[in-house]
Amino acid sequence: MASGVKPRVKVPKTAAAGEAITIKTLISHKMESGQRKDKEGNVIPRSIINRFTCEFNGESVIDVTLEPAISTNPYIEFDATVPEAGEFKFTWYDDDGDVYDTAKKVAIG
Amino acid sequence: MNFTRRETLALGVGAAALTVLPFRVHAAADEAIAAFTGGAEVGEGGIELTAPEIAENGNTVPIGVSAPGAVAITVLATGNPTPGVVTFNFGAGAASQAASTRIRLAGTQDVVAIAKMADGSFVQAASTIKVTIGGCGG
Repeated sequence: MASGVKPRVKVPKTAAAGEAITIKTLISHKMESGQRKDKEGNVIPRSIINRFTCEFNGESVIDVTLEPAISTNPYIEFDATVPEAGEFKFTWYDDDGDVYDTAKKVAIG
Repeated sequence: MNFTRRETLALGVGAAALTVLPFRVHAAADEAIAAFTGGAEVGEGGIELTAPEIAENGNTVPIGVSAPGAVAITVLATGNPTPGVVTFNFGAGAASQAASTRIRLAGTQDVVAIAKMADGSFVQAASTIKVTIGGCGG
């Protein structure tokens, strides 16, 4: 499912050095669980995002393993420390091998 | 059937232990817990699972976990076709060992969160969520 996947991330534009900020991420994805059946009774094959990572200046913040029990349009919220100005890098890994990523810069101010 | 006094006592203790156990965990979930903990003892306390008491729609149930000092937290839905839900691995840049997400639940069930602490110990918390409409529709 390469079409219609749109990552959205909410990160404050500025933060005090060493401040803990809350990051909210959402990616539009159907997260087909592999449990549902279509009208003919055939199982719809699984198609989910199975991994999400967040890095700040190359340092890992969080690494999440997602299972089919995560809702459509997976939403993840977590806290990160901002020791210096830099960039958060967010990466989502799809079952079909696709990788979606986005980045957000944070300034100290 | 005649029970000796000793056997009767043992039965009584066993029955009491069963009722005192805070939650029932299904066999598949037991395996998932063992896979995460490696069979280590799982303690209580030091982890918080935030979940609604009643979820109207099992397709999106907001949950949050928090365990200060944890390196990883896994969440299991004991009544789902596959018990695994999500595993958070916290890196050095994480400000707190807490995260929240939205999950699917097939029906009313116990949700279990297990945290792996920095010292290698494990703690867990559980919460029963009542689901009005299941989230694994066929």
